[in-house]
Amino acid sequence: MKFYRSHILIGIDNTSLEAGVKEIEAALRTELDKNNLSDEINILETGSFGYFGTGVSMMVYPEQTTYVDVKVEDIPEIVEEHFLKGRKVSRLILNTNLLKKYNFNYKRRIVLDNSGKIDPENIEEYIGLGGYEAWEKALINLKPEEIVNEVKASGLRGRGGAGFPTGLKWSFTAPIKAEQKLVVINADEGEPGTFKDRLIMEGDPHKLLEGLMIACYAVGATKAYIYIRGEYKLCIERLEKAIAQAKEYGILGENIFNSGFDLDIMIKIGAGAYICGEETALIESMEGNRGEPRSKPPFPGVKGAWELPTVVNNVETIANVPAIIKNGAAWFTEHGVEGCTGTKVYTMMGDVNLPGLCEVDMGTPLRTIIDQYSGGMKDDRKFKGALVGGAAGVFLSDKLLDVKMDYNSLEEYAAVLGSGAILVMNDDVDMVEMLWSVIRFFRHEACGKCSPCTKGNEVLYTLVSKFRNGEGCEEDLDQMIEISQAMLDASFCPLGQSLIMPVKSAIENFREDFLMKIK
Amino acid sequence: MYKQIFNKYSPEKENLIYILHEIQDNHPQQYISEDAVTEVSEYINVPRAHIYGVLTFYTMFSTKPRGKNIIRLCESPPCFLKGSENILKKLRETLDLGLNKTTKDGMFTLELCACLGVCGNAPVMMINEDVYGNLTEDKIDTIINKIKGEAK
Ligand SMILES: Cc1cc2nc3c(=O)[nH]c(=O)nc-3n(C[C@H](O)[C@H](O)[C@H](O)COP(=O)(O)O)c2cc1C
Ligand code: SF4
Ligand code: FES
Repeated sequence: MKFYRSHILIGIDNTSLEAGVKEIEAALRTELDKNNLSDEINILETGSFGYFGTGVSMMVYPEQTTYVDVKVEDIPEIVEEHFLKGRKVSRLILNTNLLKKYNFNYKRRIVLDNSGKIDPENIEEYIGLGGYEAWEKALINLKPEEIVNEVKASGLRGRGGAGFPTGLKWSFTAPIKAEQKLVVINADEGEPGTFKDRLIMEGDPHKLLEGLMIACYAVGATKAYIYIRGEYKLCIERLEKAIAQAKEYGILGENIFNSGFDLDIMIKIGAGAYICGEETALIESMEGNRGEPRSKPPFPGVKGAWELPTVVNNVETIANVPAIIKNGAAWFTEHGVEGCTGTKVYTMMGDVNLPGLCEVDMGTPLRTIIDQYSGGMKDDRKFKGALVGGAAGVFLSDKLLDVKMDYNSLEEYAAVLGSGAILVMNDDVDMVEMLWSVIRFFRHEACGKCSPCTKGNEVLYTLVSKFRNGEGCEEDLDQMIEISQAMLDASFCPLGQSLIMPVKSAIENFREDFLMKIK
Repeated sequence: MYKQIFNKYSPEKENLIYILHEIQDNHPQQYISEDAVTEVSEYINVPRAHIYGVLTFYTMFSTKPRGKNIIRLCESPPCFLKGSENILKKLRETLDLGLNKTTKDGMFTLELCACLGVCGNAPVMMINEDVYGNLTEDKIDTIINKIKGEAK
């Protein structure tokens, strides 16, 4: 192996691609060549570093200098100053005060431990950090039921929104005798404000594949699909590469590690519909139909795609599996709180200093997440509220800033963790506007299959618009809650059933904002 | 007419969405015509009504001719909080264009869409396959002018 005196990590993600990272990288290579430095300094492409809004970022190791918003014009200066003269280019360094406020939390990361550190397009880097050891262990040393039991013991719960225990879900499908069973990864990620699955797949695609392989073996599936939204081009590209590499290395394919187990993984692409994230709608879409939900039971685990037993799991859920198998359930339960073990990946947005993603222990309070992992409130403004869990989430007030964030604790306050999207709002934000935007979203995304949802959304939209135009009255507020309650009772699927959460929480926690609009 | 695309996919219903994606991407006006629907229906042996059902369900498909550049501006709450309404206004003015309409020269179509999963850079839009984030009114001018310049 070559010895390099420095490594330059360049974060490749949607943000940096837009900012022209490819040209910048080419310029950097040329400049290093010109100065005869290419043998000493290594350029590595990696996933996102985790914070946003800073154009092209690069991190130089071992000195750990982070340059942000780098432009092609800056390259000669960086090479000359940093790599020839050993002086940092201070004007491009990420504001250190801000960075000090940002805790990367690499020590506690499970899902994102490699993201921003390795080249996601190179399987050897993943293997070099212990990747695919869990897969080998599972396939050679463990029986399928032992894996299911280990995952059960870990307490892992689904990260797609509902928090269903993963081991339990697998235990329904594993004993079924069928010619063919399937595992489907839900990578449709449509909940507004959620982009964690994208960053997991962009930053460490092999981790998802490894978890998926283990899941397939555990439930006895020899075919797997990753259903991914059409807009996620970079993820699709990286996963396709990763699958090809895994096949090349004999990690995937026929008779893997001489165990007699065969497995094939395929990618399916969606076409833009939020409801297709719902597991039965996703299955309809995979089959080439309109993505309308099916009634349950039968549950997909018994009768899913093409009537075959089908386990559907979220990307983040499955990305936890390799570490559980490698380190054991007991190790996993050291993370998080009782009943909600492990970590959670959050996507932070809105009025914080460093929007982006963070991975912290389950149960970490919102205040800690904002202050330590998102750089605090932007411009030191006052926190007013947060929309937690996406559009199908709740508007939390400052009263809940110190509540533990996990499925159980939030439930006590009729709140949800959902997908982990956190939209932070300062005291300038008008909650009437925000609720209007949420209802507009649902009104557009209702699939049209049942009328409680379709009609309910229409009426809610009319009512909330009245407040926007200064024509609302107090009775309208009660009526909005009643309608969403009726939608909860009568809608066919969880989409229509979830309006109660944003509607009720916005009206109850931020009633003042609505009353102020009444003339 | 669509032989090349059909050759890539076996005639099964599960490939319908792929085939439609490719037909649309390869059409200069980025839509799926009636003729295309008929041919697909014959190829995979499903009724035309089923194909229309699918086409109208997914927001990425269009049954009407569109422009060379499809602008999809995200209107979901995180982008809304960061001012997507102003960006929409600016786009309408700059292009002199209504929603879901195409410019006379066939260059641009303006659409709204739900979260694109790039919310860390809100407000966000996509033009064809490229993402543009942290949008400001000034940035809109630059982006639109650049595309117009490239077309010349
Ligand atoms: C309207 C709606 C949208 C959903 N969108 C997603 C999604 O984008 N990604 C996801 O993993 N789960 C989504 N879900 C949840 C899935 O139905 C399902 O519970 C999940 O994929 C199961 O995986 P898990 O147990 O690993 O969380 C959605 C559910 C509903 C009702
Ligand atoms: S509740 Fe809404 S999304 Fe669900 S089936 Fe009914 S109309 Fe469709
Ligand atoms: S909310 Fe606009 S990209 Fe997610």
